[in-house]
This record gives sequence, C-alpha cells and structure tokens, in this order.
Amino acid sequence: MKLLELLGYFNYWVFAIILTVGLYAVISKSNLIKKLIGLSIFQSAVFLMYITMDKVEGGTAPIIQAGMKDQVFSNPLPQVLILTAIVVGVSTLALGLAMVVRIKESYGTIEENEILGAD
Amino acid sequence: MDLLAHLPALQVIVPMLSAPLIVLLQPRGLAWAGATAVALLSFAIAVSLTLAVLDGQTIEYAMGGWPAPYGIALSVDAFSALMLLVVTGASTAALLAAKPSIDKQIELGRQPLFYSAWLLVLSGLVGIVVAADAFNIFVFMEISSLASYILIAGGPDRRALPAVFKYLIMGTIGATFYLIGVGLIYMMTGTLNLADMEARIGDVVEINPVLVAAGFITIGLALKAAVFPLHVWVPNAYTHAPHMVTVFLAACATKVSLYVLIRFDYMVFQSKLVDHDMQFAMFAMPLAILGILVASAVAMFEGHLKRLLASSSVAQIGYILLGASLVSVIGLSASATHLFNHALAKGGLFLAVACLAYQYKDLRLDQLGGASTRMPWTCAAFVVCGLSLIGVPGTAGFISKWLLINAALQSGPWGWGLVAIILISSLMAVVYIWRIVEALYFNDPVEDDVLTSSEAPLQLLLITGLVAILNIYFGIFPQVPLELANSAAALLMEGAK
Amino acid sequence: MIPETAILAAIVLPLAGALAIALAGRISPNLREAATAITAISLIWVVWGLLPTLMEGGRPSVEVSEVLPGLSIAFKVEPLGMLFAALASGLWLINSIYSVGYMRGNNEKNQTRFFACFALALSATMGIAFAGNLFTLFLFYELLTLSTYPLVAHKGDAATVRSARIYLGVLLSTSIGLFLPAIIWTYMAAGTGDFTAGGILAGKLNDPEIGLLLGLFVFGIGKAAVMPMHKWLPAAMVAPTPVSALLHAVAVVKAGVFAITKIIVYIFGIDFLFAAPSSQWLLYAAAFTIITASLVAMRQTNIKRLLAYSTIAQLSYVVMAAAILKPLAEVGAAIHMVAHAFGKITLFFAAGAIYVASKKTEIAQLRGIGKRMPWTMAAFTIGALSMIGVPPTAGFVSKWYILAGAFEANNLIAVFTIIGSTVLNAAYFLPILYMVWFEQEKEGGKEHGEAPVLAVLALCLTALLTLGFFLFNGPVIELESQVVKGLG
Repeated sequence: MKLLELLGYFNYWVFAIILTVGLYAVISKSNLIKKLIGLSIFQSAVFLMYITMDKVEGGTAPIIQAGMKDQVFSNPLPQVLILTAIVVGVSTLALGLAMVVRIKESYGTIEENEILGAD
Repeated sequence: MDLLAHLPALQVIVPMLSAPLIVLLQPRGLAWAGATAVALLSFAIAVSLTLAVLDGQTIEYAMGGWPAPYGIALSVDAFSALMLLVVTGASTAALLAAKPSIDKQIELGRQPLFYSAWLLVLSGLVGIVVAADAFNIFVFMEISSLASYILIAGGPDRRALPAVFKYLIMGTIGATFYLIGVGLIYMMTGTLNLADMEARIGDVVEINPVLVAAGFITIGLALKAAVFPLHVWVPNAYTHAPHMVTVFLAACATKVSLYVLIRFDYMVFQSKLVDHDMQFAMFAMPLAILGILVASAVAMFEGHLKRLLASSSVAQIGYILLGASLVSVIGLSASATHLFNHALAKGGLFLAVACLAYQYKDLRLDQLGGASTRMPWTCAAFVVCGLSLIGVPGTAGFISKWLLINAALQSGPWGWGLVAIILISSLMAVVYIWRIVEALYFNDPVEDDVLTSSEAPLQLLLITGLVAILNIYFGIFPQVPLELANSAAALLMEGAK
Repeated sequence: MIPETAILAAIVLPLAGALAIALAGRISPNLREAATAITAISLIWVVWGLLPTLMEGGRPSVEVSEVLPGLSIAFKVEPLGMLFAALASGLWLINSIYSVGYMRGNNEKNQTRFFACFALALSATMGIAFAGNLFTLFLFYELLTLSTYPLVAHKGDAATVRSARIYLGVLLSTSIGLFLPAIIWTYMAAGTGDFTAGGILAGKLNDPEIGLLLGLFVFGIGKAAVMPMHKWLPAAMVAPTPVSALLHAVAVVKAGVFAITKIIVYIFGIDFLFAAPSSQWLLYAAAFTIITASLVAMRQTNIKRLLAYSTIAQLSYVVMAAAILKPLAEVGAAIHMVAHAFGKITLFFAAGAIYVASKKTEIAQLRGIGKRMPWTMAAFTIGALSMIGVPPTAGFVSKWYILAGAFEANNLIAVFTIIGSTVLNAAYFLPILYMVWFEQEKEGGKEHGEAPVLAVLALCLTALLTLGFFLFNGPVIELESQVVKGLG
C-alpha cells in the first residue's frame, strides 16, 4: 500500500530527480555550455510538473466540439502557462548561448576557472 | 474614452510597445530622445496613479474587460504606487542624464537596440508591480531580467560578460524556483490570482505543499532580490555594467523582487498559514542582520568605488528585509520608506559615479585623487547622497532609519539588540563612505597633470545635483512617500490578518 | 523684524552667506571677505534683535516641518540658546576680521572653502542654539560636525587628514552610538522631545535608568569633551588657528556643553534630577575631567595643545556646574560659557598671531616674546588670568557663581575641585607669563614684530571683552536667571 502510494507520485519523483540533476550540473560544471545544459534540464523539470498537474483522470484534450456532453477535459490552463514558460526558457537559453559566444570571443575560453584567472 | 481608467494597463503597455519602435529610430540621438520621452510618459502615468491611490484605495483593472478570476487582472494600491514611482523615477532620471555617458560607452550603431532593451526592462519592472496574478509576475520578471542581462553586457568592459552569465544562471534559478512555488499553490487552490489565492488558501486541507511552495517562492525571490547570502551575482554585475545601467538597476531592480516577496508573504501566506509570521521572521531576520553586517564589512575593505557601493546595496536590502521581518505596520512602513529613500541615495551615488567616470577611467579609490578640484559639484553631490546613505538627520536616509529603529523597539525584548545592529552598521557606513570622501578630497592626483575644473557634461551634472537635492528635500518633507508607505503597510498587515 | 522670521533668518543667513562666499571667491578675495563681513554683521543684527523680546520674557518659536508624527524640525528661543547664539554670532564677526589677517598673513590655500565652511558651521551653530526639540538639536549637531570637518582637515596633508579622521570618528560615532539612542529612548519614554521648562521626563523613568540615560547623553555629546570622549579636541588643533579659536573654543565645544545644560534643564529638569541619586556620577565625571585635563595640560609643550587641554577642563566646569543642579550653579554654567569663550578665544588669537608673526608653536620658544609683540602678549595675559579666575576678568564672575551654587548645594566635591583646578591653572599659566615678560630671548632668533594689524585688532577686542564682562555682566545674569526663575 505504502509502495503504491509512493509510485502514485511517480511523475513528481521524476520531477524532483530531474530538478536536482539539473541544479547539480549548473553548480558543479565549469564549462559554461554544460552549465546552460544543466539549466535547461533544471527548467524542463518544472515543465513536467505543470504538465502533470493538469491531468484529470479520464480527461481528454480540451477541445470543445459540437455535440459533446459530460466530457471530462484536462485542465488547459497549466498547458498554456507552461507554453509561456517554455518560450521564456528558450529565450533564456538563447541569450545565455549568445553570452557564451561573446565570452569566447573576448576571453578565448569557455571554462569558468580560466575566465576568472584572466582578469 | 476615459483614458484615466486605463492607466494601469498603459503603464505597462506604453514602454512595451515603444521598445520595438525605438529600434527604428536610427538617426543620431533620436533613440535616446524617444526612450526618454517614453520614460517621462511612464513617470507621468505613475504620478497620476499615485495621486489616485493616495487616499488608500486600490485600483483594479481587468485586461480586455475579462473579470478577475478568468482574465488578466492588474491592481494598483499604495505599495505598488510607491514602487512605480521608484521604478519610473529611476529610469527617467537615469535616461535624462544618460546621453553623454551612453555615447561614450556604447557605440552609436547599437544605441537604438540598447535603448529598446532599456524600455523592455522598464516595462517588465512596472509589469511586475502592477500585475495581480502570480504567473504574470513570473513573465514580467523574465522580461525585465532578460532585457537587463543585455543592458549589463552592453558596455565596453569585457568583465561584464562573465558577470552577466552568473547573473543569468542565478536569476533563472530564482525565477524557476518561484515558478515551482506558484505551480504548487495552483495545484492546491486552483487559481493564480493573488487575491483569490489568499481567499482559498485557508480552505486547503493538506498544508504541506503550500509550505513547500512558500519556501520555494521565498528563496527564489530572495535570489532575485540579492538577499544575503544569495547576493553573489550583484557586485560584479553592478561594477562592470555601463554606468547609467548601474544607476537604473541599483535604484530599483532588486527592490522589485523584494516587493513581490513582501507582497506574497504578507498578502497570500500570512493570513491563513498558521505561524507563517513566525517562520517568515525566523527566516528573514537572521539573513537581514547577517546581510547588513557582512556586506557593510565587505564594503569597508573594498577598493573599487562601484563594487563598494554594490556591497552597500546588499546591506541596504538587508535593512528593507529587516523591517519586513518584524511583521508589524511600522516595520513594513519603515521597509517601504527605505525602498524609496535608498533608491534616491544609491541612484544619486551611482549618478555621481557616472560623472566621475567621465574623468577617471579607473574607478579604484586610490586612483581618484584630485577629484574635488576637478569636479567640485560632482563631489558635493556625492557627499550629500553619501550622507543620506549613512542616515544623517536632515537627509532622506535618516527618516527610514528612524522608522526602522522605532519598529525594532516596538518589536519586543530583542528590540535594543536590533537597534544596536542598525547603529553599528550606520557607523560602518560612515567608514566606507568616508573612505571615498577622503579619496575624493585629500588624495594626491595620480598623474602629474595640471588640475583644472573639468566637470561632467551639464546634462549629467544637473540630474545628479537634482537627485542630491531631493535627498535633502525628502529628509525634511518626507510626507508623500511616508503617507504611501503607511497606507501600504496598513494594507499589507490587513492582508495578514 | 518679527521674532519668528528672525529665527529662520538666523539659520538661513549664514547658509546664504556660505553660497555667496563660494561664488564671490571665484571673482576676488576682497569681494569674498566683504560677503563674510556683511553676513556676519547682518547675523548679529538679526540675532541681537531678538534680545529685547527675550528680556521681556517672550519665547518665540516656529515649526518648519513635521518630519514624522511627533518628530518635527522646530525652533524655540529661550535664554540659554539666546546667549549662545548672541555669543557665537558676535564673536564670528571679530573672528572674521582676525581670519582675514591670519589666512592672508599665512598665505593659506583654499581660502574660499575655508570661509564658506565657516559660514556653514555658523548656520549649524544657530540651529543648535535655537533648537526647539531634541531632534532638531541632533540634526544641527551632526551638521556642525560635518561642516567643521573640512576646516579641521584644511591643510590636507597626511597627518592632518589622520587627525581629522579622529575628529570625525569620535564625534560621529559617539553621536550615532550614544546620543541617538538616548534621543530615541527619550522620545519613547516621554512621547516628545520638546524642550520644556521643568523637564519632560519627570515620573517617566525610574532611578537607575535616569543615570544611564544621562550617561548616554553626556558621553554621546562628544563635543562637550567629557573624558574619555575628549580625544578629538587635541586632534582638532591641526586646524588653522581661527578655527580653533571660534569653533574649538566657542561654537563647537560650547554647542556640546550647551546641549548638555539644555538637556539637564529642559529634558530632565533639575529638581527631578536632583532627587535621583543615580545622576550623581556626572559630578564626579566632570570633576575627574577637570583635574585630569589640567594635569595633562601641565605636561604640554605645544601652545595650542595646552590650550586644548585647558579647554577640556573648562568645558567640564560648565558640565559640573550644571550637574550641581542648583539655580545659582545653572546661572554660573551659562555665564561660564561666555566667560570662557572670551578668554579662550583671546588666547587662541594670540597663539595664532604668534604663529603668523614668528612661526613659533612651542611654549619654550616664547621666552621674552613680550617685548616683540606687546599688544598680543598683553591680551594673552588677560586671557590667561581669566582662565585662572583672577579679578578683574570674566573668569572670576563665573567661578563666583559656580562656587556659590556649590555652597548652596553643600557640595564639597565641587568646591574642592574648583579650588584645586584654580591652583593647577595658575601652575601652568603663570610660568608662561613669567617666561614671556621677564626672561631673555634666545640669541639668534628670527627678527619679527607684531602680527598683521587685523589680527592684533581682533585679539585686543576680545581681551577688552574679557575685562569688560567683569564689570558689565548684569544683563547676561538677568537673562539667564529667567532659566531658573521659579525653581529651587
């Protein structure tokens, strides 16, 4: 019973694990690109959390059509929210990569410790 | 059409829609003129909104006519009005003064893009302030953050790039934490509207997710607000950013996140979560105290002018948080007043730094010799704003420190201990400000060239002087910000009951 | 002029004067000096114009702004403040005459900054004198510290900057660390900080707290130089002599003892304080300072440092007189402020004149100087006699009143302290006088005569005042007696 309960939260476990993995990569990696990859993993954990919460048991895609009655839908709001958050994430990633390009241009490296040593 | 009723929306929309248009203004100087005009307009809107809420009422606005729980709602009360004044005021003052400094630091061809990013920051920050739902706050936060990364990295200093990268990483982590918190609350309450959240959070049976959410939101926002010890991104970002960007961001950017933090903790959690006031106080107060003491100590030994002031900003954030952590009307009022006053003082200081940067390439303290002879007005303005930062009576800084001390004394048995910390840190501020004053006034010039008076351009100087005078004015006639702060505090505590 | 306007004018005038001096300094030094003179004369006209109102018992007051509820910038003229303002404004004019002679005779740099800051300091002094509540007093107290800092650091070399740092450090940290908490405590306890006849704390505080609060005030007001908060005063002697003369013998230090007296009389109330045993320590602290500072003064070899330690001792006279807590002694405290001001400013003027004429700064160098500078040294002699308290000088009058107050209170400690310190004063001033007049100058010294005529004129004027006060002190005593009328 206990085990089932835990497994019932399967998505949330995955969320937590991905979140920590991403955060770990951001903190531990010295390579700036790897940091950004970590950041993306970190963010996608949150996407998963939002997608999970919109699921309604027995619900289908929330598209209203003529003649539908007593139909159960998934909650469309978190989906919309997470679309926005994904867009934000993509822009952040793009900007981060642009920064890495400029850092590479001016420092000739993308390793954090070497950059810190350069100035 | 009643334009007045749409002011809350216009506050955000005007700078946001102008931002792409500014890019088109390629001819010399036009982009600056356009951006400044938009900033002035935003400031005017903020002032009229302030006048409307001065008597303590709240303006609600439903985007596109959709009512609150379904549509996007904006709301402006006394607290947001105070914040709007700070944000739009800082941006206007910085832009008015900016042209000579920006011309020197940013190449002409990229200036329209730069000003466009500036307006995006502005619209993001005001968006955070007026937004009445948690997710829009997130979106606006990211708009302002992304645009401000661009502003900071826009200068000629290559050290800004790693600084921005660090800021980007930490900022994104902060925003994501916030998003997690919002998601958890949405799961438990089914709403994103702050007012609705507050109403429904009491009905939540299983309280643990809400507690976790409160933790995520508080820490995420604390990261963005540079609360000690989550402030490590601040000194480098402020130091290597273009000088005018530092003026703008140091005056208001972190404070907006702090504003959201205070709003969330008071309006949403405080009322229904049992013991939340205790938890919040226990979490925030030690951080605030440590931040005040450690950051002031760091500033005392810092050798670079801008980095020194950046460290002091971290300490000042500590003051604001300390007031909030007392969970009382007078404490919150002290916090809100200090939001306003510190923006004045630090904005003025960084403006004076921008003036100094006109003559001095290297802004380390030991390189600033002879500044008082070369730039007497700049140095005078610097001293006035510095006194305000210390909290000398007769300046704006004193008002908030006095309120804070009063709040501490009324908070109970540890009151005197808090007072001692505030006074000690004021003395530390005397030390670090006076190190700068001695450098400006008594150091010998490093180069042997003839000292002549060569002030910063008039435009820059006038605004700097004006801000310095405002520091004194609001020290003697603080009624307007005080009134706003008081009704803001009353509103917040009402939410907490 | 209506009194309310006069109060504001007294503060705004020197402020405007500072601006005028700064602007005029760019055109010509003569114009700048004219601006100083005009400001000083009109300040006297404004301040002394308030005297008749005060004599008739009027207490004009004006409120500028209520900064926070219960906390306002407000002014109120009462006899103590009136006396202080009249003294400072009057001596400023004489000091300005002297400064012109001194600064030009010495070819000092940055004279414009010097005169502008001086005017600023006077504005702060007027604010202190007329302050109607503790907050206003504190505001101008800090302003005075800040505006005198550039004057102390005037020379700008490393040693001077270090001394100026001590000056600022001691004064600011005592005021923020002790004075401000005392003010906050007072506001918390009494709900107000207005200076009110009879005090505002009666019944609001209990015994050990009274002594503690008094301690916060006395040591927080570092300008009064009660030991151990006296370090800044010898440090401040690096300033040009006119600064030491007006600010560190009159305006700044008197602002300190004035504030303490005012707080004792109008915040605590002397009867309330007299009844509290825990306030007794102040008398001992002041007595200790008097004796110790006098002993230290005996060991000084530099003229200005000797005068500085003498000032520390004399300031504690005022504090001790106030701490006797008897009407006659309070009057004595007020009069001693005036008497000491006349005498000490004369001494500093003389020291400065000696420096301008001969570049001598040490006491041992003064042998036989009386023959070269008869006017200066005659004035010096009068000043020194007044410090000891010999008739017919001003110092005698005030010591008389303080002694009378001490006897009235049966306070033997005060009596013996006064007698002891008089002996000590005599012991360090009389040998100097002997040396100056009766010993032979060392061979091969520099040839010199009197100091610039403006400087000599000024110091003769203050010496005359020192003598004159012995004879014509009636109005002052009458005015100050109002402070304690109906008490005791």
